[in-house]
Amino acid sequence: MAQAINVEDLNIYYGDFLAVEDVTVTLQPRSVTALIGPSGCGKSTFLRTLNRMHEVIPGAYAKGSVEIEGSDIYGPGVDPVNVRRRVGMVFQKPNPFPTMSIKDNVLAGVKLNNKRISRSASEELVETSLKGANLWEEVKDRLDKPGLGLSGGQQQRLCIARAIAVKPEVILMDEPCSALDPISTLAIEDLIHEMKQDFTIVIVTHNMQQASRVSDRTGFFNIAGTGKPGHLIEIDETEKMFTNPSNSQTEDYISGRFG
Amino acid sequence: MSTPAAADPASTAPEQDPAQSPEPGGSKAVAGRRSKRRPGDMIFTGLSVGSGLLIFVTLALVAIFLTVRSIPAIRDSKELGGGPDAISLWSFAAPLVFGTVFAALLALIMAVPVSIGIALFISHFAPRRLATPLGFMIDLLAAVPSVVFGLWGGVWLVPKMQPLYELLNTYVGWFPLFGGDPSTPMRNLATASIVLAVMILPIITAVSREVFLQTPRLQEEAALALGATRWEMIRAVVLPFGRSGVVSASMLGLGRALGETMAVLMVLSPGATFSLHILEVGQHNTIAANIASQSAEATPDVMARLIFTGLVLFVITFVINALARAIVSRSAKS
Amino acid sequence: MSATPARTASSGLVTGSGASERRLPWYHLLLTAAIAIALAAIVLVLFDSFSIGGLVVLGYVLHLVIGYGYSRIREGRRWANDRFATLLVFGAFAVAMIPLISLLWEVLHRGLGKLISPYPGYFWTADMAGVVGGMVSGGIAHAIVGTLLITLGASIISVPIGLLTAIFLVEYARYGALRVLGRGITFLVDVMTGIPSIVAGLFGLALFITITNDPGIRIGLMGSVALSVLMVPTVVRSSEEMLRLVPLELREAAYGLGVPKWLTIVKVVLRTSIAGLTTGVTLAIARVIGETAPLLLTVGALPMMNGNLFSGRMQTLPTFINSQYRSGNAVCNSDAITNPITHMQYACSTTINYDRAWAAALTLILMVMILNIVARLVSRLFAPKLGR
Repeated sequence: MAQAINVEDLNIYYGDFLAVEDVTVTLQPRSVTALIGPSGCGKSTFLRTLNRMHEVIPGAYAKGSVEIEGSDIYGPGVDPVNVRRRVGMVFQKPNPFPTMSIKDNVLAGVKLNNKRISRSASEELVETSLKGANLWEEVKDRLDKPGLGLSGGQQQRLCIARAIAVKPEVILMDEPCSALDPISTLAIEDLIHEMKQDFTIVIVTHNMQQASRVSDRTGFFNIAGTGKPGHLIEIDETEKMFTNPSNSQTEDYISGRFG
Repeated sequence: MSTPAAADPASTAPEQDPAQSPEPGGSKAVAGRRSKRRPGDMIFTGLSVGSGLLIFVTLALVAIFLTVRSIPAIRDSKELGGGPDAISLWSFAAPLVFGTVFAALLALIMAVPVSIGIALFISHFAPRRLATPLGFMIDLLAAVPSVVFGLWGGVWLVPKMQPLYELLNTYVGWFPLFGGDPSTPMRNLATASIVLAVMILPIITAVSREVFLQTPRLQEEAALALGATRWEMIRAVVLPFGRSGVVSASMLGLGRALGETMAVLMVLSPGATFSLHILEVGQHNTIAANIASQSAEATPDVMARLIFTGLVLFVITFVINALARAIVSRSAKS
Repeated sequence: MSATPARTASSGLVTGSGASERRLPWYHLLLTAAIAIALAAIVLVLFDSFSIGGLVVLGYVLHLVIGYGYSRIREGRRWANDRFATLLVFGAFAVAMIPLISLLWEVLHRGLGKLISPYPGYFWTADMAGVVGGMVSGGIAHAIVGTLLITLGASIISVPIGLLTAIFLVEYARYGALRVLGRGITFLVDVMTGIPSIVAGLFGLALFITITNDPGIRIGLMGSVALSVLMVPTVVRSSEEMLRLVPLELREAAYGLGVPKWLTIVKVVLRTSIAGLTTGVTLAIARVIGETAPLLLTVGALPMMNGNLFSGRMQTLPTFINSQYRSGNAVCNSDAITNPITHMQYACSTTINYDRAWAAALTLILMVMILNIVARLVSRLFAPKLGR
């Protein structure tokens, strides 16, 4: 189910502004890749091009190719909507649908797409997805309560369950813990560990400890200055990145000299 | 369209300045290229763009219909109707335009100071807890249908104003506005303007109140801390800050007053002169009220001149409203 | 407002600056007010034109002068100006309350009697067929039905157009050519907001005369079309505001699940803002339900029920009020009048036309108030909590 992602010569623009320049990288299947770097370096922008969420912003577009399972998601005739069904996303702030119950939030991908699903199949999907997000035990008795009634950490796991329920191959996480308390963060990190058996996970994080805790490989993005495009400086095994990076910029960043 | 960026090595040349490269246009196509567009998306996009265009078409139709339908009146502008009752388009329309503008200006003169007062009352004088309900009471005035205002003006207000009018006419009659020979019942322009003023109070108040409330808190407190009285603070800080807002609010109110029909139709006893005597009965009429009262039994050529006056009204209010919006958006930017 | 602490703070400052500038407690105003009222009463009695209204007006004006003078002497120029401005501002609010209170009171006490006689509900269920002269009968059932149908027609036209336009402005007009188009449409919506209602009526009239080539055509649908011209901009404005309140994150959440844009709009954006949209539409209906001028031009008048928007004239509440008011006092030559259709006998009243006008006005105001209350309740009860 999980697939490698081959990114080749990717340039990302906001209108005329080149935000990220010339990224070529392969993201491994069934593993967690963390992207780190200072604010504004383009790591989130890059992440959002992996499921074509980037172009939701007016005027934004990308050039280059991103291949998943051998097919270019930027190829001719590719529907970004279908791409997003294969590449799920979890956002910075938990964003459950305010009008939906916990159960409906999990089923959102099905229901919002007007797909028919039998009652038993939907119950099973809710249970497996919530179990996959380590939330089942906490909410199984109040599935019909509004999703907004949960705590921040629970909401974020609900959003992960919602993403899992669409059965994607890849899950992108854009600083999923930045709005959460330490205990909720830990719960999500544990969850990421379990999830990598089934999914290719790419996570953007501000937090280097988090990157070192959850990821197998780490990529470092940097910019030369404001207004300049971001670059992928280096990507390698996490352990190597944090102990013996080959690029001096990475070393400066990891050792806390800037960022 | 058929040049995918990945297949075109030039488009990914890293040294190229993105601002000058011709690609953005072409690669917008990359992002927007959905050869398999969903029917749902296409229908929905079409519907919403179509609705937007429909508004454009409607306004164009309003202008076109009014123009086309008033052509007969413009063509025969020297002698409307023919025969002994013939009247030139100018002498038909000019008193109506005069009456319309005159009534609206009178209403504005009465409404603006009161509205500023109410807006200040709600924003700076009333206790904060009362501000919302008091504002709601003013909004209540806006909810009253114009025909009810007309009824109230015609039945209740007209006799109530009579003593004041007689007083004004007797003692200040040398002043042109209050001169002339008022007769009862006093269905005159003054009463009609008062009703108009009441009807435009809420809009002017609402907009002014919003602007006054946006006055930077720090400036207000700075003025008070320097020992200014509340009134000195308002004059030094709040009023200058809100000036353009009040101006555009007044113009919105003016636009309303120009186009209001029922209050005038039900209160004013009509005439067609350029008289300045607002207490005199049977001297004035407005475009809107005239259309409303004449259209029921209008022959096609009478209808044409009524529509012509409607076109004039449309143009006047269009200009006034556009000016008001321009002032609002200019002050919003600065 | 922090007026009170501010006043104490600054008055403390000012007291220190000199004996001529000091702040007196507010009840000194009562003293000056009493003097002003007394003086006003004397003047009015001398001129032999005493009335409560005159007393209040003259008393207020005299108080402006006396209060200012008193404060000028006791508190100094600056505080006197402050007093004067405060009095003016309070006066402005009071002035605005006069029409509101008197109007509501007049409508209530002149209209209520007719609403409940000969029995409650009669006036709302009878129509004007065969009602002539000063006959004390007749009702507004036909006008209520007409108003509801025409307003319903206007809503059916305006709500989809207005809502879809708002969707276009918020969801589609975001980049490039569409954005320019969106700017243009926003401007036109602003212009449309300012169209005088009589011009909307002329448009409805001219449109249908052109289509049918019948200069005498007057049907309910024409009224609905004319009202739509006034209603669409209101719906666009309020809907636009509501749609913009839906956080971008919710749209992204849906996109991230592989939901197409149009389904995201329908099932997430509209679903989330439905309470606000309903409120906006209800308020827009409340605004046009009392419109009179366009209906005078487009639907004419009819003394009896006509439930067909597509054929024949219709009566509506606002035009009914206007026509009853214009009929003025009735003539009563005999004590009883016979309805030529039903052959029933009724008493005669000279003021019956005004009575009906006021009762219909009360009905109309009730409708508007109910719509306003419903609108507020909807937004209060059903709005999802978006704040986080």
